[in-house]
This record gives sequence, C-alpha cells and structure tokens, in this order.
Amino acid sequence: MTSVTAARVFSAPGLWRRFWSRSNERIGYLFILPSLIHIITFMFIPLIFSFFLSFRDWTRPAFTDAPYIGLKNYEFLMGDRRFWQAMGNSVYYTALSVPLGMAFSLVIALVMNQKLRGVYFFRTLFFMPVVSSWVAVSIIWLTLLDPSVGIVNYVLGWFGISPINWLGDPRSAMPSIVLIAIWKSAGFNMVIWLAGLQAIPHELYEAAAIDGANRWQSFRFLTLPLLAPTSFFLAVTGVIGALQVFTPVYVLTRGGPLDSTNTAVYHIYRRAFQEFDFGYASAQSWVLFAVILVATLIQLYYVRRRSREEIQY
Amino acid sequence: MVVKLTPQIILTRVLGYVVLLIVAGMMIVPFMWMVTTSLKAPGTEFSYPPQILPTQFNLENYQTLFNNLPFFQYFVNTVIVTAFTVAGQLIICSLAAYGFARLNFMGRDTIFVLYLTTMMIPFQITLIPLYLIVTQLGWVNTYQGLIVPGISSAFGIFLLRQSFLNIPRDYQDAARIDGANEFTIFARIFLPLNGPTLATLGVFAFMGTWTDLIWPLLIARSQEMRTLELGLAYFNARPNAFLQPNWPLLMAGSVVVMLPVLIVYIIAQRYFIQGIALSGVKG
Repeated sequence: MTSVTAARVFSAPGLWRRFWSRSNERIGYLFILPSLIHIITFMFIPLIFSFFLSFRDWTRPAFTDAPYIGLKNYEFLMGDRRFWQAMGNSVYYTALSVPLGMAFSLVIALVMNQKLRGVYFFRTLFFMPVVSSWVAVSIIWLTLLDPSVGIVNYVLGWFGISPINWLGDPRSAMPSIVLIAIWKSAGFNMVIWLAGLQAIPHELYEAAAIDGANRWQSFRFLTLPLLAPTSFFLAVTGVIGALQVFTPVYVLTRGGPLDSTNTAVYHIYRRAFQEFDFGYASAQSWVLFAVILVATLIQLYYVRRRSREEIQY
Repeated sequence: MVVKLTPQIILTRVLGYVVLLIVAGMMIVPFMWMVTTSLKAPGTEFSYPPQILPTQFNLENYQTLFNNLPFFQYFVNTVIVTAFTVAGQLIICSLAAYGFARLNFMGRDTIFVLYLTTMMIPFQITLIPLYLIVTQLGWVNTYQGLIVPGISSAFGIFLLRQSFLNIPRDYQDAARIDGANEFTIFARIFLPLNGPTLATLGVFAFMGTWTDLIWPLLIARSQEMRTLELGLAYFNARPNAFLQPNWPLLMAGSVVVMLPVLIVYIIAQRYFIQGIALSGVKG
C-alpha cells in the first residue's frame, strides 16, 4: 500500500465513509448494535471506571471531590489485616467447597450412570436445590441447623453426637456454609459429570474387562483420566465462583461470628455500600481479581504439565 | 441387550439405590420441612421429635403474607423485572448472535473475543461503578434500574451463536436468492430453527433474575421496589438478636419465592439441563 492510499484510508471521514458505504458492515453492525451499546455502557465503561477509581480517595458524595492518590489505596491494602483475613476466609471456603463438592457430585453421577430405573426422577429431585433461591434455602437451613431444635442435631443425636452450634461457633460457621453450598450445587455438578461420563465410549470398558481389569481398576485408569476435561472445567469454574462467594454469607451469617465467615466479596460489599469507601473498595476488588486470575493460571499450568507428562509415557 | 443378573450386579444395583435414596432424602427433607412449617401456626413450629410431614393445614401465614405484608407488591415487581429481562435477553442476544455467526463485517472476530473476555471478569469489579452509573442516570428505585443492566449478556450471545453456527449455510443462501433480506432470514429461519436454544437462554435468564439478590439489594432502596428475593431477605433480617423470628411466616414467604421457579424448572427441565451440560462439555 502506498503512502497516498494509506493516508486516504486512515483519514477519519474517509475511513468512515468507506466503512459505512459497504452494506456488509452496515448490516453487521446494526445487528450487534444493541448489545454493543449495552456492553460498552454496562461493562467496558464500568471496568475502566473501576480501575480509575482504585487510584482515588472517594468517600464523599460528589466525584469532583475525589482526589487522585496514586497507589495509596494499594499500599494501605497490603497492610490491611482485616482484608487479608477476609481473603483467607474466601480461600478456606474455596479449598473446602470445591473438592468436596466435586467428589460428592461425582459419586452421585457414577451411581446415576448405572442405568438404574427412575434416574430421571432422582435427577429432577437433586436439581431442586440448584434452582431454588439462596435466601429461601438459607431460611430453611437456619432452622435445620438450629442448635437446640434443628433437625440436623436431632438426627446426629441418634448416633450419640452432642449438639453442635453450627452457624454460631466461629470454628464451625464456615464449614456449615460449605455444607449448604455443596448441598445446593450438587445437582449442577452432577449434570456436568454425567455429560462427561456419557461421552466415554462403552467399548473401552468392555476392552478393559477382557484385559482382566476389575471395576476399581477400570474406574481408576479409564474413567478418571477420561474425565480430566470435565474435572478441569468444574475445578476452574468452581474456584472462580467460590472465591466470589457472597449471597450465602449475606443471608446466613453476615460475616459473623467474629468475622469467621467474612469473605472477600462480602468485605468489599460492606466497605463500598455501608462505609461508602468506593475508591478503596475498588482497589480491593482488583486485588481479588488478581488472586482469581493467579488461581486460574496455576490450574491451567498444572493441567498442561500433566498432559505433557502423559504424552511421555 | 439382556444383562444376566449375577449376584454382583444385583448387589451394585441395590447399593446404587441405597445411595440414591439417601441423597434424595437429603435433598427433599429441607423442602418438606419448609412446606410443613409454613402450614403451622406461629409458635408451634418446633416439636419433639421434629415433624417432616404436615399435621396442620393452616393457611393463615400465606394470608398474612399477602394481606398484611407487601408480598403481592414484591411479586408484581419480580414478575415485571423478570419478564423484561428475559424478553430483552432473547431479543438483543439473538440479534447479536446472528451478526457474529452469519454476517461478515470488519472487526467482527475482534469484537466477539472482547465479548468473551468479559465473561471472565468477576461481577464484583464492575458492581461499584455500575451502581454509580445507575445512580447518575437517576435510576435508583426504578424498574429500568433493575432491568436494563441485565437485558443482554455475553453468555447468551455465546450460547446462541454456537447454535446458529449449526444451521446449514445453504438455507441462508437460498433465502438470499429468493430476495429475503438479512432481518427476514434471521426472523423467519434462524429464530424458528433454534427454539430449544432460545428456550434454554430464556430459562437461564428467568432463574438468574428471579433469584438475584445483590443487584436489587443495591438498586431497590425503597420498600415498594423490592423483589421477592430481596423482600424475603429483609424480612429475615431480625431487628435484634433477642427477637424470635416468625419461622412459619418466613417459610411461607420462602414457598412463595420458590414455587414459580420450581414450576418453570419442572416444565422446562430439558432445556435447563441441556444448557448446563452443553456449557460444561464445550467448556
């Protein structure tokens, strides 16, 4: 391309006229226009705005009164013990809920995959918690886990286990939320495991049986490795979701007792919408994003290394 | 294929049913407890041993909910917000999906990748500025404030685009030769042929909006604008720790919040589970 045509192409009105005179461009942009306006207004602008906010001290009503303070928010954040405690709580919640939730739903999926009668009925049932509202589910569990009159302690009493103060004790509050979250999401994970299981060709199991593999061996050396993409998907999306847990904390414990369930997003929510410290809360949300990104990249790296090792066998 | 019933197969099947029944019990008991408690007179909800099946049929709590508390208003608000959000998602996402799947224009793939990237951004990053923008627009305590930020989604566009890509190009070419314009092809060929995927997106949007808490929590500041989920959450928040909550009334509220979602789920189960399995397998 000569410099003359380049100049004509890149001069703004010329470019625009050329662009708009082509009917392909016009029709294409007309179709995506509503979504483009939406995503720019409610995603791209907020994203830039949030980044910009994290370098400002905005605790006052008007934005004109929000001085630029450079990296001050991030510096303060490094030494903010309550924030890091909240981050720690989120990591604790994730480390408990993701592996346990995946294991529990895998067991159900393996049983459901046995082609038993009535699996559709069970699937409908197992899925009810998934579609239920978090607030309603929390109200139910608040009574079920009541230390003196709740059903859970009543049932544990049959086995001689003394009553547990589930949501009231700082040691058991987070595990209680994890239990409820596993209960609520088991059906969702199960459907994804089932889709993965049904994609495994049946001939492989027959071949393994001919080779003399027992059921455990064909599970360990056939099913599990072939489920790797599914487990990867569940682990990555599960970790991303769990690090952002908010609603169960908001309705079950409000971060208590003694901040033991104060997770990162709940902490950010309080900082922003109860203390109106928007600048600092934005900085916190970017740090949380960085943590989520690192957690995802570690998993990606781990999977890539694993698959490379498998090729070497 | 006839499977020979060896003792081992019988044993695994029995074991399978035992596992399924235990899990089924864990899943269903909380719901039965909710319905049973909602039918009790306040103050009689806890008994020893606990009752899972209803012994009283007291509809008083439901009457209180609608007559003495603004649950009817919450219900209307939720229906309005959900209906507009679902309709908006179906229209805006399908238009965009057609553009990305079947039209050629400058920058198409770059823009699509940008859309996809936004799916990875956690909601809490954009939450604060989104709230500030909606406040600036004067949309706090309005339906548009609750609806407009949710009327399009990158996920919906992605889902529909995948489905549109499976329609043979010949259909489009044939229609063009017959003189149909792009909008006619979209509305007369692509929409009818992708009914199941549209249903999937509709169900997803319905569930997500009906049970959303955090956005109404920020936007619906006044009592009259609350949705069911938010109204129930406020109702659950006790003024002080010594006040015993009215559990039967709270349970009746929970039933009211949950029932429409469960009905839609049972009717549209196929689309819902398809959508989840699809997004999981294709990753």
